[in-house]
Amino acid sequence: MSIAITTQFICFTILSLVILIGALGVVLLESIVYSAFLLGGVFMSVAGLYLLLNASFVAAAQVLVYVGAVNVLIIFAIMLVNKKEDLKPINDIKSRRIISTSICLTLLSLLIRVDLTNVWSLTSPQNSIGEESTIRIGEHLFSDYLLPFEVASVLLLMAMIGAIVLARRDVMSKDISTGLPVDQELIEKSSEPLLTNKN
Amino acid sequence: MEYGLDLEYSFNEFLKGFGLSSEIAHIIWLPLPMLLVLVAAVVGVLVTVWLERKISAAAQQRIGPEYAGALGVLQPIADGLKLLVKEDIIPAKADGILFTAGPILVLVPVILSWLIVPFGQNLLISNVGIGIFLWIALSSIQPIGLLMSGYASNNKYSLLGGLRAAAQSISYEIPLALSVLAIVLMTNSLSTIDIVNQQSGAGILSWNIWRQPVGFIVFWICALAECERLPFDLPEAEEELVAGYQTEYAGMKFALFYLGSYINLILSALLVSILYLGGWGFPIPVELIAKFLNVPINAPFIQVFTASIGIVMTVLKAYLLVFIAILLRWTTPRVRIDQLLDLGWKFLLPISLANLLITAGLKLAFPKFFGG
Repeated sequence: MSIAITTQFICFTILSLVILIGALGVVLLESIVYSAFLLGGVFMSVAGLYLLLNASFVAAAQVLVYVGAVNVLIIFAIMLVNKKEDLKPINDIKSRRIISTSICLTLLSLLIRVDLTNVWSLTSPQNSIGEESTIRIGEHLFSDYLLPFEVASVLLLMAMIGAIVLARRDVMSKDISTGLPVDQELIEKSSEPLLTNKN
Repeated sequence: MEYGLDLEYSFNEFLKGFGLSSEIAHIIWLPLPMLLVLVAAVVGVLVTVWLERKISAAAQQRIGPEYAGALGVLQPIADGLKLLVKEDIIPAKADGILFTAGPILVLVPVILSWLIVPFGQNLLISNVGIGIFLWIALSSIQPIGLLMSGYASNNKYSLLGGLRAAAQSISYEIPLALSVLAIVLMTNSLSTIDIVNQQSGAGILSWNIWRQPVGFIVFWICALAECERLPFDLPEAEEELVAGYQTEYAGMKFALFYLGSYINLILSALLVSILYLGGWGFPIPVELIAKFLNVPINAPFIQVFTASIGIVMTVLKAYLLVFIAILLRWTTPRVRIDQLLDLGWKFLLPISLANLLITAGLKLAFPKFFGG
């Protein structure tokens, strides 16, 4: 069907352009808020690419995890510390830029090498499973990829415990970074009745 | 159990009768269901707005809208027209691009989610395999639009409202997804069609509400919180935050928020009826009635009849839930933000987790009743 192929080609072109321009915008824009929102756009376009590849479950998971969780968290953090301050000029900005550019170029050359050496075309049309993919992903997650799957959950648990320890300073008497005794007065005590202890 | 009308097939055959190729017939067909569902959503919003005004008036012993049409049925259209012709204001120090993009980002995912709402065996836009998961993924985009409009308004009330809205919808998404997961566990499928078919065995007795009472309540509370309806309308709490993230909005951009919130309410009601109340199913199975009346289920007349009964049942169940939501809005006080987050994280999350575990256990123990 020629119409289907044309539509696919147009979608692919638009999505790739959005990804490229958006990613450049994330890196190059001065305003951190714009960068964060553009990052969301890039994540969405990547989900669109997955949809073009018939991987609808992966696309939805991409939207749920990267847009709905990661990007919202980033924007949340930016808005909670919404402080306008003049940043100090960095002295050795030139050398830093050179170093980061060279690292990025090395990574890019590595990716290009992978792209050139890997055989991308599917061997047979039976390999494309379409709607079946959800079931297959589930089977793989609970058989041969069980260990990475469980290890990832342990990682998330560690991050959660760390966040709780940092947030609830009343469980520790000393500040972790400075070693000074913690100022306990700032901690909100919502369990205390509001009207009785007003002195 | 593949019966029911296949409108797409008949339409394509009809166009092919005029000598069009099947590709062109398909392209002409594609926008029709989308337009139909969009119109249905907007008409649904008009009806809901009228209901909201009338029921709130009744709850407060007022008369409510009366002069625009009989019983004021044209009042929502008048409201919409007013918003349409109002001046579009962007505050001087606001961020123009983000200010405009915010309401769009709030509305578009909600409308996209209508893709998976079935009104009958074949009466939905697309039976995507990931079905209900698509809705969960799409509804997670909304907080970005809320944060965007809250930030771009350059107003402290807007920013606070946007932050509250995002915090609220993130914390209620988890119990919501977990209670949907329990249903999916029983159905063995993510598709909304399969979820309804799984409940169609014995009419009202086989609806999921009997097998998932806890999940039903958790889902309904979370859906209300996601829609920012009154017990949970913290983001736009008038007395504290003026109007939250919508403070600076006027005209059509405000109308987009308004439309978005009402479409979301109807969508949530529809999804509750699909997930827990048997979707398009009649309380007594239609096959049983057909057998009782001695008419073949595949007769064209019966099929049209079943399809229309299906649409009526879906809409009826959804509007019953909308009615409950409106009554709740006008009779309950608002919770505080810390109570809201406590309820979400310390009560609903453990309960929905336990519900999921129990469902999995019951599925293993009684595969006949809980989907083997």
